[in-house]
Amino acid sequence: MYSVVKAEQLADRVHELVVEAPHVARHAKAGQFLIVRVDADGERIPLTISRAEGDLVRVIFMTIGATTYRLAELRPGDTILDVAGPLGRPSEVPRNATCVVVGGGVGIASCPIIARTLREAGNRVIGIVGARNADLMILEDEMRQSCDELHVTTDDGSLGRHGYAADVLKEVIEAEPVDHVWVIGPAIMMKVTSAVTRPKGIRTWVSLNPIMVDGTGMCGSCRVVVNGETRFACVDGPEFDAHQVDFDRLMQRQRIYLEEERDALERHHASRCGCETGVHHG
Amino acid sequence: MPSNGTTPRAAGARRGCTMAERASTVRVHDFGEVDLGLSPDEARTEADRCLQCKKPACIRGCPVGVDIPSFVLAIAEGRFEDARTSILEANLLPAICGRVCPQETQCEGACILAGKERAINIGALERFAADVGVEGEAPVACSPSTARRVAVVGSGPAGLTAAAELARRGHAVTLYESLHEPGGVLLYGIPEFRLPKAVVREEIDRVLALGVELRTNMLVGQSLSVEELLAYDAVFVATGAGLPSFMDIPGEEVNGVYSANEFLTRVNLMHADRFPGTGTPVKRGSRVVVTGGGNVAMDAARVARRLGARVSLVYRRREDDLPARREEVRHAREEGVEFVTCAAPVRILGEPCVTGVECVQMEMCALDESGRPAPRELEGSSFVIDADTVIQAIGTSPNPLLVRLLTGARTGRKGNLVVDECGRTTIPRVYAGGDIATGAATVILAMGAGKRAAAAIDADLRNGTPAGNVE
Repeated sequence: MYSVVKAEQLADRVHELVVEAPHVARHAKAGQFLIVRVDADGERIPLTISRAEGDLVRVIFMTIGATTYRLAELRPGDTILDVAGPLGRPSEVPRNATCVVVGGGVGIASCPIIARTLREAGNRVIGIVGARNADLMILEDEMRQSCDELHVTTDDGSLGRHGYAADVLKEVIEAEPVDHVWVIGPAIMMKVTSAVTRPKGIRTWVSLNPIMVDGTGMCGSCRVVVNGETRFACVDGPEFDAHQVDFDRLMQRQRIYLEEERDALERHHASRCGCETGVHHG
Repeated sequence: MPSNGTTPRAAGARRGCTMAERASTVRVHDFGEVDLGLSPDEARTEADRCLQCKKPACIRGCPVGVDIPSFVLAIAEGRFEDARTSILEANLLPAICGRVCPQETQCEGACILAGKERAINIGALERFAADVGVEGEAPVACSPSTARRVAVVGSGPAGLTAAAELARRGHAVTLYESLHEPGGVLLYGIPEFRLPKAVVREEIDRVLALGVELRTNMLVGQSLSVEELLAYDAVFVATGAGLPSFMDIPGEEVNGVYSANEFLTRVNLMHADRFPGTGTPVKRGSRVVVTGGGNVAMDAARVARRLGARVSLVYRRREDDLPARREEVRHAREEGVEFVTCAAPVRILGEPCVTGVECVQMEMCALDESGRPAPRELEGSSFVIDADTVIQAIGTSPNPLLVRLLTGARTGRKGNLVVDECGRTTIPRVYAGGDIATGAATVILAMGAGKRAAAAIDADLRNGTPAGNVE
């Protein structure tokens, strides 16, 4: 059992949990993830480690399915049955280079820890955070502190620049030589944004988030196609060379259980409502 | 057919007794155990057939050296408690072994009666002794504490056995498990209808009752660094062969293709059969193709049948060559699994979801080094099996995660850790056993390896000169 010490809503449908899990917190490095199982009947879901301090780890997630809604209900003092990790390989950290870290939407959660790690290794770090609108922007201040320079952008222009993170990234790599780029966000955002660095051949990392079960390399549920080869995101990743990732395959595999996920979510909402049938939750 | 839904059984004093099974038409609708076990009378009748050989071959056939004649005699005489106590001397997981050991090639295969009327049904008797009156069982005694700390990595059959043997010898054992529950393949791999999870938990509780400290959710190498691991006085690596192989044919990435490990883990460990009551879904499939012919393939096929699918099992050699236990093949067939032999999948069809599997017929050529005919593709013989789900059960290899972090450990061709006959690796104070050392094998061989390694660890710790120690 692992105690929740902090639980906050950061934006619409975006929540933060800080959990006491010493084995994870003390070993976590930038780019790694953990797996939680809320209760005995719960599924195992992977969440990127957003921060690790002392015995505490922070995760930030968007409510999408039954499990994330269940996680969002947790309050300080509540417990999570299982927290396993840290899992996956840490980010590959260069030295004395110029790096850009791009976060999109809830993917921004993974960025400050990477930015800080890069800076500690002597890199110049430029941050770009993008969200659909101002209300969905998260961790802006933390990113500002973690980067040498931060660009903020929203799709509707309600905060920072009007436009997409990809547009800003394009300008940044035109303005100065950039050695390494990280792009973290929804699959489609990673696909579009990482395409920007391809012409210049800039080493670009994306953090993939396929469906997982064990997260330790045992099942192959998370297999992704990278450079034409099958890789397991849980142990070979989650970070891969963006220019070699088959994003269309990733997005297709993320949809395998859409129907089941809808059923589970409806059931979750119905269980919280107290009505007889839950039919109005459809 | 008797009206109680069971199949007829052999009876009569001389012919002894075999376990009754639930009828296939009934059991295919649930995950209840297939074999019903022996009643006390049946067990005594069967045990009575034992000739109590002066030089019992059966013991030599047992990888953990259970004193088989003595526990069989105890059953014959109605001393059921004594029977279990006798088994526990050598094996703390008898309810598991009684169910999943391939006795026909081990103790029962060595039984003097095997070539005459019928081998003593040692597996059924072991299971009987393990199951009867387990609630009142006295705890197993341990030697005085040695104050030496041993880490056991992985809580499958090898790890559990080593942990138990080490704790019995007075060492402080920490048992690490990366999943949320201990048991390894006993839990995530072998389905409920062959090995009920309640049985696994009971036997694991017996091991933990020896004072073994269990730490779940710990992926050693990540949740615990190798340096922290090596701070123990000794380490036993039993991380198993959990890395699933894929066939490397076109279409494997489309939706609806599972490794057997994933399919079985979703159902056995995460209880996807009860989704959405539980959180983990699985594609039940209406037409499932399972590729492979081992016990895991049979398990996957039988689970898929229980989830309601029509199941075809595609195997590239002949039915006689199936590596699975005969009994598992028979059970699968009884439960309606269709066997497509001398055939190999070459392509998975459909985009974005599976619609079928293209196979080719294979002809059998000269025997290869395994003593089985080498299959060769028959040109122009391709055919398609309609399917919406494909489960690949073509094998697993040793888990590479910890192995690649163990600097100085020699590894074999399969990525396995190379060990000596006592389980010593090439790193001082680090031992290994089970599938991580042998590649995928059986529960009981892993237990035997765990037992041998525990004896070596104990001896090395007491002698203070662990083998390979360069100091």
